[in-house]
Amino acid sequence: MLDNNKEIIKVDNIRRDFKVGDEVVHALRGVSFAIHDGEFVTIMGTSGSGKSTLLNILGCLDTPTAGEYYLDGLAVRKMSKNERAWMRNRKIGFVFQNYNLLPKTTALENVELPLLYNSKISSKERRERAEKALKAVELGDRLYHKSNQMSGGQMQRVAIARALVNDPVIILADEATGNLDTRTSFAILTLFQELHARGRTIIFVTHNPDLANYSSRNIVLRDGKVVSDTVNPNIQSARATYETLPAPEE
Amino acid sequence: MNFFNLFKIALKALANNKMRGFLTMLGIIIGVASVITMLAIGQGSKQSIKSQISEMGSNMIMIFPGNMERGGVRQSSDDQQTMKVSDYEAIRDDAKFVSYVSPQVSSSGQFINGNNNYPSSVQGITQDYLEIRKLKVAEGEIFTDEDIKTAAKVCILGQTVVDNLFTNGEDPIGRVVRFNKIPFTVIGVLQEKGANSMGQDQDDIVLAPYTTVMKRLLAIDYIQGLFCSALDEDMSDEAQDEITEILRAQHKLKDGEEDNFTIRSQQELSEMMNSTSDMMTILLACIAGISLLVGGIGIMNIMYVSVTERTREIGLRMSIGAKGRDVLMQFLIESVIISVLGGIIGVILGVVASELVKAIAHWPISIQPYSVILSFAVCTITGVFFGWYPAKKAANLDPIEAIRYE
Repeated sequence: MLDNNKEIIKVDNIRRDFKVGDEVVHALRGVSFAIHDGEFVTIMGTSGSGKSTLLNILGCLDTPTAGEYYLDGLAVRKMSKNERAWMRNRKIGFVFQNYNLLPKTTALENVELPLLYNSKISSKERRERAEKALKAVELGDRLYHKSNQMSGGQMQRVAIARALVNDPVIILADEATGNLDTRTSFAILTLFQELHARGRTIIFVTHNPDLANYSSRNIVLRDGKVVSDTVNPNIQSARATYETLPAPEE
Repeated sequence: MNFFNLFKIALKALANNKMRGFLTMLGIIIGVASVITMLAIGQGSKQSIKSQISEMGSNMIMIFPGNMERGGVRQSSDDQQTMKVSDYEAIRDDAKFVSYVSPQVSSSGQFINGNNNYPSSVQGITQDYLEIRKLKVAEGEIFTDEDIKTAAKVCILGQTVVDNLFTNGEDPIGRVVRFNKIPFTVIGVLQEKGANSMGQDQDDIVLAPYTTVMKRLLAIDYIQGLFCSALDEDMSDEAQDEITEILRAQHKLKDGEEDNFTIRSQQELSEMMNSTSDMMTILLACIAGISLLVGGIGIMNIMYVSVTERTREIGLRMSIGAKGRDVLMQFLIESVIISVLGGIIGVILGVVASELVKAIAHWPISIQPYSVILSFAVCTITGVFFGWYPAKKAANLDPIEAIRYE
């Protein structure tokens, strides 16, 4: 069901070296995998495993020292800064651990932000798409709430809406539940599962091994190499887990 | 990324930090307002000097008999008898750049009217003299050509003389005053002019036909000087050249011989005074310009802090597709908005301050359109110039580091 789909991401033996003083640090030592349309992949690893470096490369924020990275069929390694900015704007939706919403700005304006950097989109279309994205994350009634008037869970929903608004080929989540309490984490995870069910391709980078049960595939990194890459045949429902958790005491 | 979107983003960012934006703007506001006010004061005083000079007759040219050496001894010009009525007539008839001309002879002495007496001097002139010196007859009238021909014993008094001779406030017109025992009939009173910029009383004056003064008072056949008016101020030089030519011909001076007359123009005086007030204007503008510079550094400082403070925001913008250029433009637009908005407020404040100076201190004020445009342009340039470095810094941030910046 999964593998006959289009290849969204292809990582071909990528390496990433950093120079720290006189020493060369090998953050990635030849990583290869392919992610297809409609997969929900968790990437795990302890700190120092190279998962942040991998995420930066997957997100077109960084380029590999060697090897090639294809996003939606386009080779990224030789791209200029501006071309990679274009890729981030059109192909990728980022969700960060600390939400990174603009302060004192309404949910709607935050979600519109990626479209502001796309001159092809009119202000009318921008607004319509932002509203649609906010409705998709169940915040249709909070369009004009400012970021500092929202809870962590709500802010992360706005961030997810912002990641969805440009209709990306891939959503990259970096510890997206890391700052949230367990109950809210599962609410957000439920949202990711729902997006996945609707056909979104998601990469979820985390150090929490429990989350592997809720994704369709799990890649584990250690010391800059892939040590395990397993398909999860038995995806647990985040909603079910969420409902078993006690409601917060009022 | 179109410009309008960037403008909106920048405006939004400023709206989030109103107080800081305003304080930054304050530097520019004070700078621009002071440039405009200082220039208005400088130009105002320049214009007031100019108008005072032109009240005396801005295009006035004075010709006096020149110093002449006799056996190595330089003679006072008063003793010269080289200028004749024929010189006056030649200039009157031939000079094309001269609109008015009048000979001048004067005699000082005591005026007596009944119990009152007052020391003054009689200026012997023609009617043109009033035009040249911008004098007006308030009551009565000016003497006629007939009076000049007959050397009529008539005179026109300045207000100061009237006040001293007619202490009871009686009407001086038609009255006879005596000057050095010769009776003069008062036919007119001059309009009051007040003191000139050098503090001389311009109303302490008595006018009479030059023939009267020459024949009846002084018994001389020469004139002491000539007063002319150039067609306008700009033609003062041409008029002077022309007068020189005519007088040299009249006096039959050979080439290489020195002029035996001296020409002085009001223009020289006005140039001298202008250069003084220009200097003052430049000084004031310099001080104001420095405050504008300080305002610009204020912008740079705040933008610099702002970039550091919003590193995460910049990282986010870059990670969702903002190019370095977009970030650069955003911060540049922010600083330009601050400076231009500050400029607008500064212009308004400057105009208000100038008007206040005028209303309270009664200084002459002249708001210069060029100073408004200039300070506005400097403002915008300041915004770009001082906004550039912080904006460049923002644009060069590494999005990976910026997004994780705490």
